[in-house]
Amino acid sequence: MNKKSGFSKFLSENIGFLYIIPWLIGFLAFKVYPFGSSLVYSFTNYDLFNGISKTGIMNYQTIFTDSDIVRAFLVTFKYALFDVPLKLAFALFIAYILNFKLKGVNFFRTAYYIPSILGGSIAIAILWRAVFNTDGLINAVVKLFGAEPINWMASANGALFVIVLLRVWQFGSSMVIFLAALKGVSEDLYEAASIDGATKWTQFFKITVPMITPIIFYNLVTQLCQAFQEFNGPFLVTKGGPNGATTLISMLIYNNAFLRHKMGMACAQAWVLFIICGVMTVIAFVSQKKWVYYGDDDGR
Amino acid sequence: MTREQRRQISTVLRYTLLILVGIIMVYPLIWMVGATFKTNSEIFTSAWFWPKNPVFDGYNEAFKSYGGKINLIGSMLNTYKIVIPKVIFTIISATVTAYGFSRFEFKGKGLWFSLMLSTLFLPQVVLNAPQYIMFNKWGWTDSYLPLVVPSLFAADTYFVFMLVQFLRGIPKELEEAAKIDGCNSLKTLWYVIVPMLKPSLVSCALFQFMWTSNDFQGPLIYIADMKKYTNSIYLRMSMDGDTGFQWNRILAMSLISIIPSLVVFFLAQDSFIDGIAAGGVKG
Repeated sequence: MNKKSGFSKFLSENIGFLYIIPWLIGFLAFKVYPFGSSLVYSFTNYDLFNGISKTGIMNYQTIFTDSDIVRAFLVTFKYALFDVPLKLAFALFIAYILNFKLKGVNFFRTAYYIPSILGGSIAIAILWRAVFNTDGLINAVVKLFGAEPINWMASANGALFVIVLLRVWQFGSSMVIFLAALKGVSEDLYEAASIDGATKWTQFFKITVPMITPIIFYNLVTQLCQAFQEFNGPFLVTKGGPNGATTLISMLIYNNAFLRHKMGMACAQAWVLFIICGVMTVIAFVSQKKWVYYGDDDGR
Repeated sequence: MTREQRRQISTVLRYTLLILVGIIMVYPLIWMVGATFKTNSEIFTSAWFWPKNPVFDGYNEAFKSYGGKINLIGSMLNTYKIVIPKVIFTIISATVTAYGFSRFEFKGKGLWFSLMLSTLFLPQVVLNAPQYIMFNKWGWTDSYLPLVVPSLFAADTYFVFMLVQFLRGIPKELEEAAKIDGCNSLKTLWYVIVPMLKPSLVSCALFQFMWTSNDFQGPLIYIADMKKYTNSIYLRMSMDGDTGFQWNRILAMSLISIIPSLVVFFLAQDSFIDGIAAGGVKG
């Protein structure tokens, strides 16, 4: 009897814990254990079929010296450097225009959002290959303007542009997040500014952008992490080419792990990527104090 | 120029810009629809979407099976064999977890919650290889288990986070009333929380539906048997495996395979937009 009341006391005090137990099991089994074991594997030459015969830091030495791997990291940086700012700038700019009280805003919002829904699918990767084919839609438009058609997939920058554009085209979800944030910016600020004679352009940079920096920051962190992991675009559209110019690091990890079964190497590469992502996120978090505006509640 | 004229000009400018961007955004998709009715030579000579001499062999060919093992419809059915259980499991497990985190106090809650949030920043790329090794040891490879089972345990923490955010906005008075009326916490969850969360649950279900339908890397890693191919890897095989590439066929297949997603999106677009706005969806 006494024991039962003790148990029910525990239950009533910690009932919330019972509700998170399923998550906790999944967290340990599908996140913590793989994450930890991956660090261990990264210091071995673990091969799916031949097991482990060597341990040490050789994978990491290779990563920092092998020219193909170093290039893959550099290309990934380059990719993120173009992809993230372009996508965010575009998303913010369109959201800003949609935020004016125009008729038919919902229609445009839907049209802009469709690529975000479909963009991750293979169907779109196939479409992208057709569109950027030497004789494809884009070159037909290029010819309309009287320019020479471009062999997109054959040049390093052209191919990179193609996969950057594939993700920039999916700016819809960032745009909707920005749009929600813009709706929260008080009308009074704009009114006061326009009485003072500020143009829309000045208002955008002096009011809009500073007021929604937390959301810009949120979008920046999530988009950066995703750009560093981009896989479908290079894997399907450009196939990493030409000559490795669009071989992003996620492709190398995939090739090592699932084509060559070199799990140790794949884990090491993934860990380097993870650390880069982590450092970027930390930099974004630390620097936000300087440029993110969270309202005037800090006692000034 | 009067103030009124300037206002009108800027309105016209804005619309022009919106329409231009809209065309750029949607035209590739419209072009794709047209291209499914074109021959290869027409696809690559004209930028106009309307086919001059429509041909239907793309659609006739699209449904042909590949080596007698799988065809387009079979691969789409396989995709939804993953999508449907995953959506249901995610909704249940994420709701239960979010309920636990947002409505109760217990030991270590702060720590668990921040651990949960930190997994939002844990890239899947890091987990792919070790998860494969683990599922391989369990004999789960070449089945849908690695793709579905984690969702029973709220593995997509993103949705837990989203629901916690939604629950913050829901007042606790009703739950307290339910408690006074003798509801236990499980009954409260079912009769009070779930009905109020319904719009958010719809958003979560929709996003999980889209993401899982589009998922490529997961099936690519785990599925080897052609009979079990999902739509995404079936399309990829058709694209890479074809000799004498027939674009209208592959584009018709692509178009057919995005129709379910498009239909769901158009039926539920408001829930999508509300969902992103409230939760700050990735993507």
